[in-house]
Amino acid sequence: MEQLLQHLVNGLVLGGTYALLGIGLTLIFGLMNVVNFAHGEFYTLGAYAAFAALGLAGLDFTLALLGAIAAGALGGALCEVSLLRPLRHESIDTTMLVMIGLWIAMQNGELLVWGGVAKSIPHPFPTAPLVLGPVSLAPLRLFVLVVAAALIAASYLLIQRTKLGRAMRATFQDAETSALMGVPIERIHTATFAFGSALAAAAGALLGPIFLAYPSMGDLASLKAFSVVILGGLGNVPGATLGGLLLGVAEELGAGYVSSGYRDAVGFLIIIVVLVLRPAGIFARAERIG
Amino acid sequence: MRRSGRAVAALLALTLPFWLANPYVLHVVIMAGIFGVLALSLNLLLGYTGQLSLGHAAFFGIGAYTSALLTLRLEWSFWVALPAAATAAGLAGWCIGRLALKLRGAYFVLVTISFAGVVSLVSINWMDLTNGPLGLPGVPPPELGPWSLRTKRAYYYLVLAAVAASSLACKRLVGSRIGRAFVALRENESLAESVGVDVTHYLVLAAVVSAGLAGMAGSLYAHYTRFVSPEVFLFTYTVTMVIMVVAGGKGTLAGPLVGAGLFTALPEALRAVTSWQWQMLAYGVLLVLLVFFLPRGIVPALTAVRRRS
Repeated sequence: MEQLLQHLVNGLVLGGTYALLGIGLTLIFGLMNVVNFAHGEFYTLGAYAAFAALGLAGLDFTLALLGAIAAGALGGALCEVSLLRPLRHESIDTTMLVMIGLWIAMQNGELLVWGGVAKSIPHPFPTAPLVLGPVSLAPLRLFVLVVAAALIAASYLLIQRTKLGRAMRATFQDAETSALMGVPIERIHTATFAFGSALAAAAGALLGPIFLAYPSMGDLASLKAFSVVILGGLGNVPGATLGGLLLGVAEELGAGYVSSGYRDAVGFLIIIVVLVLRPAGIFARAERIG
Repeated sequence: MRRSGRAVAALLALTLPFWLANPYVLHVVIMAGIFGVLALSLNLLLGYTGQLSLGHAAFFGIGAYTSALLTLRLEWSFWVALPAAATAAGLAGWCIGRLALKLRGAYFVLVTISFAGVVSLVSINWMDLTNGPLGLPGVPPPELGPWSLRTKRAYYYLVLAAVAASSLACKRLVGSRIGRAFVALRENESLAESVGVDVTHYLVLAAVVSAGLAGMAGSLYAHYTRFVSPEVFLFTYTVTMVIMVVAGGKGTLAGPLVGAGLFTALPEALRAVTSWQWQMLAYGVLLVLLVFFLPRGIVPALTAVRRRS
């Protein structure tokens, strides 16, 4: 029982960052119809940006996080404008191939810049865990959970309350009509991709100090983001949030009670089972965004 | 003209080990042949039915492990293990086909990639069967009567026969009613269905044949390198296959073979000049450039040029 609580808390910490990854991808996939296999590479980008800011420049954690988010947004916008915009009217398979190419290129670019050895990202938090009854939680993990929750809340506000968010929701529902109503579709696409990539980078900067930063860390992140998207339903932001938390908890429980070697199989199995049994996602009544 | 060209090509292929003495170059040719079979197998799905499988390394790996385990643990002959490997992979293809047949495009891709992920994790964690990350060393080379196909020269002919058999099988399949059904599904699924093409049946069939061929390639690989480890499931292999098919020309018979030759030889040629990371980086960039500038691939582009002149 005590173990169970501990697993649940650890799962929520992981799940918060998975939710960030998933929200970013569900917007990109849902709104732009782009199967973004490079999503995990923006996660890696965020982790290395955090490493550069904390480990090399010696900045503080907040600045590092903001730097990672900026790097993700900038990189995402760049990719959208240079690679996806010219292919906007091509089939989903065409853009998927381009994103696979980008994924390989970015990953090996990172390998060339940072080398293959995993980097440990220094962080300013004390390592002694906070003990709350049966649960112990490292201050860093608590911080990660809080920041992830704040970022998720900010994403909701952006999508629900701002003009940009409204334009994004309109584009998701019907791109053509939105364009007729004066929504600048191209700019909305760029903003969506930049926003999604920034969230992925934030997730990388948050999880990087808990684990390590290494060039291939994005592979699993991409697949986990996809399983979160599939769990929550395409374009469904609350679904992605719940899906992320669910995946995090399921992984912790799987690793704790079944076998730690199969931890990463949880995400894969979710993809297969949900797609085969309930392709619209487990929370979905209809495809939606917001 | 075309016939004499083909005869020269066949003659060159048949005599190749005699005028190409360099064992390293011969090794590259053998690997190109194994990748040729893989590219042909992926092309059946991607090129003809239009479904992209990013789990092809799984079928390749299942074939390699099946063949290695059967010859090592049960001491079966290679000649039985090879079809067994193709069957095991084909069976896996059937399962994936049945499971994913309702899904299209991105969702099909995700199921295949997840399947490959699970299989790879099993190969790492099921120590008793697969020996985990350490892999299975000492896979025996095939024997043919009194001879052992241990030498590169002998293995070349084995791989050549496999490539020839696979291309012939693909050619026959694609030229048949079945192949026309594949293409009909790729071009317009609802229209194909409305004229009586059984979607499920044909997609599963394509998946089974494709996976079986990939399993055969896995067996050839295992008995050539004589070592199998979870690395056979590396995503890099799948990506390489995709690049070979897309660059060569998906939906053509010669395209995958041209792509396999090119993208086995090119990295080897570049190896002297650059490191592996640069090469993979170049692969990624190349894939992007191909989509932008040569979306249909080399072989269709060449055919178009020849028609014009």
